Amino acid sequence: MRYQQLATDRPQFRKARLVIELRHIEKTFRPGKETVTAVKDVSLVIGDGEIFGIIGFSGAGKSTLVRCINLLERPTSGEVIIDGTDLTKLSAKELRAARKRIGMIFQQFNLFSQRSVAANVRYPLEIEGTPKAEAARRVTELLRLVELEDKADAYPAQLSGGQKQRVAIARALASNPSIILCDEATSALDPLTTHSILELLRKLNQQLGVTIVVITHEMRVIEQICSKVAVMSDGQVVERGSVRDVFLRPQSETARRLIHPTPQTGLSAAAPVNTLRLAFTGEESGAPVISDLTVQCNAMVSILSANTENIGGRPFGQMLIEMPDDKAAQRRICDYLDARGIVYERGDEGSDRMPSPVDEA
Amino acid sequence: MSPELANLILTGVGETLYMVIVSTLVAYLLGVPLGVILYVTDSKGIHPNRLVNLTVGIVVNVLRSIPFLILLVMILPFTRLVVGTTIGSTATIVPLVVAAAPYVARMVESSLKEVDAGVLEAARAMGSSVLQMIVRVVLPEARPSLLLGAAISLATILGYSAMAGFVGGGGLGAIAVNYGYYRYQLDVMLITVVLLVIIVQIFQEGGLALVRKTDKRLR
Repeated sequence: MRYQQLATDRPQFRKARLVIELRHIEKTFRPGKETVTAVKDVSLVIGDGEIFGIIGFSGAGKSTLVRCINLLERPTSGEVIIDGTDLTKLSAKELRAARKRIGMIFQQFNLFSQRSVAANVRYPLEIEGTPKAEAARRVTELLRLVELEDKADAYPAQLSGGQKQRVAIARALASNPSIILCDEATSALDPLTTHSILELLRKLNQQLGVTIVVITHEMRVIEQICSKVAVMSDGQVVERGSVRDVFLRPQSETARRLIHPTPQTGLSAAAPVNTLRLAFTGEESGAPVISDLTVQCNAMVSILSANTENIGGRPFGQMLIEMPDDKAAQRRICDYLDARGIVYERGDEGSDRMPSPVDEA
Repeated sequence: MSPELANLILTGVGETLYMVIVSTLVAYLLGVPLGVILYVTDSKGIHPNRLVNLTVGIVVNVLRSIPFLILLVMILPFTRLVVGTTIGSTATIVPLVVAAAPYVARMVESSLKEVDAGVLEAARAMGSSVLQMIVRVVLPEARPSLLLGAAISLATILGYSAMAGFVGGGGLGAIAVNYGYYRYQLDVMLITVVLLVIIVQIFQEGGLALVRKTDKRLR
């Protein structure tokens, strides 16, 4: 089978136990007369304890795909295997039991507005029939975990966005799930709150070993917590791999557009010929590359944009520079970068490079 | 105002309140399950069922399209069967319930439809059954809107109850008809109208106050 091949081909998938396996997922909708295919033949494997990112622009089908994992959307065809069980073959009752093992949080939080914070977190325990005293103890424990013990009696309307998402996370954890699905969970939050929610998710991943699937359109979210990423475009996975690989050498046009620092100067189809995107990893970030380059190559470059980020505990950075028109100077610059082992992309190469067929599915 | 008249009007108020409150309670007892069925079995509902939805929908629509005065007369045999008489305030409760239950069903249905789809999706993702979603999520989340609907229903049923005065029903409506219309005592008519307006105000404002007090979104 194709999927097993894939698992043995890639060592990082072999060592981790697989928790989520999507096999040839297809989802079509019929809103009117015409049929819309939201997800086209997507196969993914997500290992135990991973934080897996699925990134794409609006309408790429990522929200539909994540809803196929807990069957909020039933795939038109394909298999959804969670912990070895194909969810598409379960009875309604078995499916409800399976869903209790999969927590989910949402962009709009979706808290029960008429229930207090504590009652929101208690809901999954109520429907499971957990004894009252035990449920109360568990609620206190969960609220402590998300640092909201003092808000137990508050109502959602009294909370900030970040606090609401913390309540949603506590509620998602109440039934002790092994998986948490995050559908654009930070897209309605400001950058600082986003950061703290992502740190909380990372903490839960490390302390509880829960597998997390993150859906987002923001590369910074992927960069901050994910170890692996799949890039979606037009219902398909067009690129996948470790976040590091995809960030350093994006192969698809979609990934490139998602990663590039500023849309105006990004190496899209209309990018200037003389631009270079430099990607830094680890120690290079601190070294004065541009000053050194200017001296060594005797060429002036201008920095169009630059930023560095912390990805998985290592400093990553990227910089968009414009080289002089002089071809000889350009060659010297590229030679210099090659010699220093700095990964770069040329604007003129980037524009005509097609999305490569890295999709194993 | 003569003591007899005052007494008469006071009794009228009591009868009106009795008819309206009892009818509304019974109408809700029947209307809430019907409204829930309409909501749940809707094509976009929690558990779509075209046949059930269509059947209940048609019954509700038919009952709602019969003008109240005609319904009142039409079901007189049924009224006699249930309460043994067709005159007085208790007899009026029967047609009031028959007219109000379908109305309440639609009010409840529209209140439930206001519940945020995202909240329902979250409840479904947590493994809730259909019954758990209705009892623990949809009805509590719709509570403020249901209370407002109840206040509106009370006022509507009050209007119906006054109409029943024309065909032997009791209450303020009967007083307005018997004294104001048949005996040209315009002052009596005016007093009953003012009292009816006050009662509607109390129901409406009371309902609103209850919503403001209990809606957790308004904090």
